[in-house]
Amino acid sequence: MSSTRPGFRHPDLPKNDLGYTRRDYEGAASTLCAGCGHDSISNAIINACYELALEPSGIAKMSGIGCSSKTPAYFLGKSHGFNSVHGRMPSIATGADMANRDLVYIGVSGDGDTASIGMGQFIHVVRRNLNMVYIVMNNGCYGLTKGQDSATADRGSAGKKGRQSLFESIDLCELAIAIGAGFVARGFSGDKEQLVPLLKAAITHKGFALVDVISPCVTFNNTTTSTKSYQWVRDHMEATATFDFIPPRKEITTQYEKGTTQSVTLHDGGVIHLHKSDGSVDITQRRPAIDALELYREKGRLLTGILHINESLKDTHDILETVETPLNSLAEKELCPGNQVLQQIIETYR
Amino acid sequence: MKLEGINDFVIRFANVNGSGSASANALFAKSLFRLGVPVSPKNIFPSNIQGLPTWYEVRINEKGNLGRRGGYDFIVAVNGQTLKRDYEGLAPGGYFMYDSARQLPADFARDDITLINIPLTQICNREIEDPKLRQLLKNIVYVGALAHLFGMEFSVLTDSILSQYKKKPKLAEPNIKALTLGFEYAATHFQDTCKLKVKRSNKLTRHILMDGNTATALGALYGGATVAGWYPITPSTSVIEAFDKFTSQYRLDDSGKKRVAILQAEDELTALGIALGASWNGARAFTATSGPGISLMNEFLGLAYFAEIPVVLIDVQRTGPSTGMPTRTQQSDILLCACASHGDTRHVLLFPCDPKECFEMTADGFDLAERLQTPVIIMSDLDLGMNDHICLPLEWDDTRTYDRGKVLDKHQLESLTGKWGRYLDKDGDGICYRTYPGTHQRLGSYVTRGSSHDEFAAYTEDNDTYQRIMVRLGKKWQTAKGLVPKPDIKLTDTAADYGAVFFGTSTQASHEAIETLGSQGITINTMRLRGFPFQDEVKAFIDRHKTIFVIEQNRDGQMRTLLISECGIRPDKLVSITHFDGLPVTAGHISYSIEQILKAQMQQGGAQ
Ligand SMILES: Cc1ncc(C[n+]2csc(CCOP(=O)(O)OP(=O)(O)O)c2C)c(N)n1
Ligand code: SF4
Ligand SMILES: [Mg+2]
Repeated sequence: MSSTRPGFRHPDLPKNDLGYTRRDYEGAASTLCAGCGHDSISNAIINACYELALEPSGIAKMSGIGCSSKTPAYFLGKSHGFNSVHGRMPSIATGADMANRDLVYIGVSGDGDTASIGMGQFIHVVRRNLNMVYIVMNNGCYGLTKGQDSATADRGSAGKKGRQSLFESIDLCELAIAIGAGFVARGFSGDKEQLVPLLKAAITHKGFALVDVISPCVTFNNTTTSTKSYQWVRDHMEATATFDFIPPRKEITTQYEKGTTQSVTLHDGGVIHLHKSDGSVDITQRRPAIDALELYREKGRLLTGILHINESLKDTHDILETVETPLNSLAEKELCPGNQVLQQIIETYR
Repeated sequence: MKLEGINDFVIRFANVNGSGSASANALFAKSLFRLGVPVSPKNIFPSNIQGLPTWYEVRINEKGNLGRRGGYDFIVAVNGQTLKRDYEGLAPGGYFMYDSARQLPADFARDDITLINIPLTQICNREIEDPKLRQLLKNIVYVGALAHLFGMEFSVLTDSILSQYKKKPKLAEPNIKALTLGFEYAATHFQDTCKLKVKRSNKLTRHILMDGNTATALGALYGGATVAGWYPITPSTSVIEAFDKFTSQYRLDDSGKKRVAILQAEDELTALGIALGASWNGARAFTATSGPGISLMNEFLGLAYFAEIPVVLIDVQRTGPSTGMPTRTQQSDILLCACASHGDTRHVLLFPCDPKECFEMTADGFDLAERLQTPVIIMSDLDLGMNDHICLPLEWDDTRTYDRGKVLDKHQLESLTGKWGRYLDKDGDGICYRTYPGTHQRLGSYVTRGSSHDEFAAYTEDNDTYQRIMVRLGKKWQTAKGLVPKPDIKLTDTAADYGAVFFGTSTQASHEAIETLGSQGITINTMRLRGFPFQDEVKAFIDRHKTIFVIEQNRDGQMRTLLISECGIRPDKLVSITHFDGLPVTAGHISYSIEQILKAQMQQGGAQ
């Protein structure tokens, strides 16, 4: 166990806008390997939700199967969760969101769960632009089945067994941008400073938000020959433009120098300020966003940060033109047209 | 010799698909229905969009026998590709109608049938100005001719046309003209040719003529479904199409926004996943598919069973295995659906036999699924789903309220004494209390999972706990017996040795066959199954007879297998009567099969 939690509560713990402490966002004790990147991501999720002051019961945690997909038990203990089957979380999340558009959906998946068995569902949930955050805890291997290569393992990378990965790797971020995702980011489980604001921005974004988090598997894939190890990622990580995420209803106090900052306003009033550095790209456009990923890949570097953002897309509910009221709270009288109407309908079958 | 009779014959139409024959043939069937004559049309169509043979078979039967009879007495043979076959299959004494634009080859030499040649092409080319309409209206011309030959009231046909084109009266005009042309041609050239007649009847009073899929969609509308995931597959597609049509009309708010979300998914697995996610989250949700889709959905059916998530699944069965014959019917998903997915699983099945039951069982299915917190599968089939059937009117009891099952709301959570557990059997019926996400700020949250869990929904690998949960699910299955619809049992003779068991679309033909056998002095009691799990009544019915005929439309006698295993019946007591060529079973096949079995039994008995 990598994190045991003391049972007592400190009276002076800081509280967020809703009066909750960070503890209120924690879950059960983790059963993952000590040092597993996934636990750091769970912690980042806890931080992000705490800092955004989200109502825990207003969040639904969704996952598939894998070490990564176990984590919803380890964060947000007051939220409902659905640990579904391998690779199928997107469909369950889609149905859940159709039933109640008012909840915040945080999905957690692994690279095996997403890029192999769940690839079909993943691509299509992106296409639908479902309003959810989709976090891939990406360790380049199948942790739970003991370290086999996953489809995100770089060709030539080798884990504990020492065998090089044979096939081309899939870049989930590039794929998601190509099929029109409105928010695509990449983080590293070892970089909380970057990851927490990335998650906050992703949660605030309306529509589908992918956060691909490189999350080393200390047991099977943290070798010097692996490109998903702590060391390799630290040595090769580069960020797109740095950014500040200002949540909705927070006063903007920072002053930015004209021309150096691009601001993107999120649908509920949150703002992302992207600080342009030399050579930084316009990530609000699909093509340069993909170019940037390709460019860094050629250089053997790993590009992180917000990779693409487009706030103008309609989400699934908007596309389907469903009512604002969550469908699960419609009353019978709004759903059932009654016998008189039925008799009119069947009259046309006489 | 000519076949004769009033309101008792079978007519077949042999067409090319995509040629517009469907609406003309339906017009004919509908007109019979409006004359109050019991009629059952069956579409026998290819898995193809244009150019292949398609048949439409209409049985007219004053006595109200609506299963397939088999054979045909009259054929409208307007498909060159199948002309020979259609000619040869015609019953002796039957009538062969064809387009005289085609010369019948020399080997069409039967002398036991009556030829009725109508210059359909010529009439249309001469009389119909718009060349685009000619092909379509050729079909209407032969309907007009049939009206005369059978002595039908012509106004019923014209009225049907007028109501069909109420919104586009301009289109009614050429149709009525075509009808008249056919009628008059037959009147001048075939005055007393046909001895098969149709007479207005009073057999149908309040009835409707509807296909099962439309009724199923109405069941989902009335049952309060708000989320549907689906993937196109014949013969289930029209369930969703109809649901879409009805919801676009009856599920809009004042601003035109929809009180429903219908999503075409990337495959059936996702379709069911969408329904499950929505159901988990407190919406009524369903999906409709056919055998190949059920195969894909197995994974999620196991999850739904074990995690106890309600969902309604419509299986409009078709001919398997694999892609099989996509446009032919069968009842061959019984075992697949009863035990779908790995591990010990059992699913609730409902077996509608007509559109009225499609409507009722679908609507009730939502109550049942939520009460039992498990999937409920409506076992329709292509014959029921896609063909029009006469049935009693659908009705909705306005005082009825939805049974959402054991769901705790905010106040109930607060007033609970003791710790709530999602999988805690408080009432001893195996059904536990669930909560929807977001119900309460502090209480009632849990993680749903398909992995082993304890009463409080926590992951467990404790063997005793796992076993306890599985045993409790078994108890829930017993509770289900009291909730699924009971069998429909008819004891003609309480001392009879023989019983017949059937379900769904085998019903009509079975009743007819058993009536026929009854008139020969063979008494057979009947039990129509309506749901699975089987109640005690099912076993009791079997127990009281010496031999039971299990009539079903698959090769392996799947329902028989299920009865043997679930009710602990001695296998030799249940005799299979199967029919599985892809066409609806006929009464003749059933009565003949039973006769043969009885004969063999008698011979055996005699030799002893
Ligand atoms: C249908 C199915 N096939 C295979 C498995 C076995 N399985 C469990 S987890 C897993 C791979 C998980 O890899 P990933 O998603 O990358 O998660 P990680 O453990 O690495 O976090 C596999 C293949 C399964 N549970 N279900
Ligand atoms: S096996 Fe790897 S991924 Fe799984 S818990 Fe251990 S370190 Fe994490
Ligand atoms: Mg992995």
